[in-house]
Amino acid sequence: MNEFMQYVQKYLDKDVTVSPGAFGNIPAGIFWATVYVLVVFAGVSLGVICMNWLERKILAHMQVRLGPMRVGPHGLLQPIADAVKLLIKEDIIPAEADAVVFWVAPFIVTLAAFTVFVVVPFGPAHAITDMNIGILFMLGVSSLSVLGIVTAGWASNSHYPLIGALRSSAQMVSYEVAMGLAVVSAILMTSLHGVGFFGVGGPTTSGTGTLSMIGIVQAQQEQQVWFIFKFFPLGLIAFAIFAIAMIAETNRAPFDLPEAESELTAGFHTEYSGFRWSLFFLAEYSAMMAVSSIAVTLWLGGWLRPFPNALGGHAWDLVFAFVPGLTFLFLAGMTFYNVRRMPQHPFFKIQTMGLAAFGATLGLTGLVLFIPPVRDRVGDIFWFVAKVAAFMYLYIWYRGTFPRYRFDQLMKVGWKVLLPIGLGVLILTAGVGIVGLEMAQHVAH
Amino acid sequence: MTDPKTLSPPSLETHVAARDETFLDTNELVINMGPQHPATHGVLRVILRLDGEKVMGLECVIGYLHRGVEKIAENRTYTMFNPYVDRMDYVAAVSNGLGYCEAVEKLLSVEAPPRAQYIRVILTELNRIASHQIWLGTHALDIGAITPLFYTFRDREEILKIFEKYCGARLTTHAFRIGGLQYEAYDGFEKDVKNFISFFKPKIDEYEELLTTNRIWLERTKGVGVISGKDCIALGVTGPLLRASGVKWDIRKAQPYANYKNFDFEIPVGLNGDTYDRYIVRMVEMRQALRIIEQAVEGIPEGPIMAKIPKVLKPPVGEIYHSIEAPKGELGYFIVSDGSTQPYRVRVRPPSFVNLQALDQMCRGQLVADVIAVIGTIDIVLGEVDR
Repeated sequence: MNEFMQYVQKYLDKDVTVSPGAFGNIPAGIFWATVYVLVVFAGVSLGVICMNWLERKILAHMQVRLGPMRVGPHGLLQPIADAVKLLIKEDIIPAEADAVVFWVAPFIVTLAAFTVFVVVPFGPAHAITDMNIGILFMLGVSSLSVLGIVTAGWASNSHYPLIGALRSSAQMVSYEVAMGLAVVSAILMTSLHGVGFFGVGGPTTSGTGTLSMIGIVQAQQEQQVWFIFKFFPLGLIAFAIFAIAMIAETNRAPFDLPEAESELTAGFHTEYSGFRWSLFFLAEYSAMMAVSSIAVTLWLGGWLRPFPNALGGHAWDLVFAFVPGLTFLFLAGMTFYNVRRMPQHPFFKIQTMGLAAFGATLGLTGLVLFIPPVRDRVGDIFWFVAKVAAFMYLYIWYRGTFPRYRFDQLMKVGWKVLLPIGLGVLILTAGVGIVGLEMAQHVAH
Repeated sequence: MTDPKTLSPPSLETHVAARDETFLDTNELVINMGPQHPATHGVLRVILRLDGEKVMGLECVIGYLHRGVEKIAENRTYTMFNPYVDRMDYVAAVSNGLGYCEAVEKLLSVEAPPRAQYIRVILTELNRIASHQIWLGTHALDIGAITPLFYTFRDREEILKIFEKYCGARLTTHAFRIGGLQYEAYDGFEKDVKNFISFFKPKIDEYEELLTTNRIWLERTKGVGVISGKDCIALGVTGPLLRASGVKWDIRKAQPYANYKNFDFEIPVGLNGDTYDRYIVRMVEMRQALRIIEQAVEGIPEGPIMAKIPKVLKPPVGEIYHSIEAPKGELGYFIVSDGSTQPYRVRVRPPSFVNLQALDQMCRGQLVADVIAVIGTIDIVLGEVDR
């Protein structure tokens, strides 16, 4: 029992710098890792629900309409209503389908999308586990989802899903190459220890790279530079390649060919309905979050707060520690402003009260985040989630803006544009890194 | 496994014979697109023969929306048939009405008074804009850009408001009568139209901002669905499709009807005959339509709105063909009169139906995604294709 409480004790004393998975292969370590798994699973599911509502609302406002307004105030309960609808829908397996494979496919996709979060570092201590091959694990597992998509398309035994699945597999495989090259150049940066804004010059330390997700962020912390700015503009280009490839990887607009609704009705999940369809939906959104987490970890400093150089020092640390609470208070303020704007008619009384309760919850959360022990422990989670949220907004923005690529053009972009640039960036990164290191050592001698 | 054609299980021999081809099966894939498909604009059914994603050929199956409009005409008086024509191309109902009314007027040898002519031109050109807006929104939606649809529908609303104020209906307007107009323009009609012109000019720029120089849009439309002017003429294709292929043919200029010869406007002509040129031609047409409306609304003369025609229409024995430039192409009416109150035969030459014939030629050798783009660019309304 002591062992179980030890972790909590250490955690509260801010002593813990390891994830529970690395706490030891003892019952306590496994127990706390399990707790983390449940928390992360719940958090990702909650994130998907929020994304469902936010995407509809934001897209609606981009398109001069209101979006969901009926179920709950401002449609806040819409995702729940949708979920209930999907769960109680009839479960259809087409007569001509391969029932077993049809049944398994959504689970493969969902599993792949969720397993990735095992190594996502929300903070130095806030990760389920810290694998020394974290990034490799993440890329490997996330590419498993293509298997689920292909089996789904094949098992449906229907033309549209088949074409969707073929498109999807070709697309995901070819974009993974460019994605991998971009990732490698970021990993390379962990071993090139130039310190300074662009990562060139200044005192150097001996460089060993790392594949651990936590290690990558810590490398950015030590080198005092987010990798997006390192070897400017090499880091930025690698990031851009990843940012494009990850949209293709998650089958989102403008690369949403596998489920191009105007061509293939719904692509690989045309024949799916109800709960099985909702699993695909869940997997798609959690995959979006997962790849965004990779991008945040590799290039945007993971859990680190912004402006570590320009606004450094303890005073600024304290100021930034208040941001999470202030964000929630701002959201609460917006909610209360909208409570005031609700129609005064008694018909809207319950909705107004519900919205006020929602605002109060947000406000209370904000206040809790001001309490010093909480403030110190959630700062890293907040910054990580905020950065991922920015990517989520981009996803919605793209969907509202771009037409869809054609399949051959998509392949052209992947193989003829992203891949050569990715290779070039990788070689240049290595070259610049080694030359910079030599020069720095020369100066030091 | 059953044979999809006969729905009977294959015999053992065929099964064994088929087994050898399992891994090198290069058969064509036949896909049935529609009649319930999000991108076939209603109830068009297209049977595609695919080699991978490449279209080897296709066949259109139409008739799901057939209502026998031409046959109905034979059992209605000339006046009674007028509202039916609105139901053919329901997004450009005013143009349909104009064509029919003018055809019957020609048969009767009467002409609508100048004031009626001007108001007719204003409403028809407004309707041209509304029709092109629907085309733009749905075409962009098919290619994957969802937002333009909502922008165009938001702005089309302003046109529909003018229609509603003028004649009480928004879609199937029945705006014109044989011999002129039933309704005088309402108070503030001119002001509304002028407001619309100043409102809509920046909106076209907004659409163009989203699409015209968008890289993905260019890649999706340039060189897609190319058809030459010669082929267009051979197939009878008219309207923006013909003009985008480089043939300067617009009935408003070539055989002026109504009073189009009084207005100064230009006919946009494309060079390549691809989907992008058709897009540009239609965008310019919207601007030119605004120009025509601008001139027309300035010059509305005073006077009667109805010509002197008898209560009961009995055109002399004979036949007439009259065509106008509808938003989608040449809309013609061939009316045979036997001297009675009802037409002996009405034949409609619908632009959508004729233009749809070009689909096979435009799509062959292209990819599945291009079929969607081409169906969008032809701008069909199934109500008009099937009548």
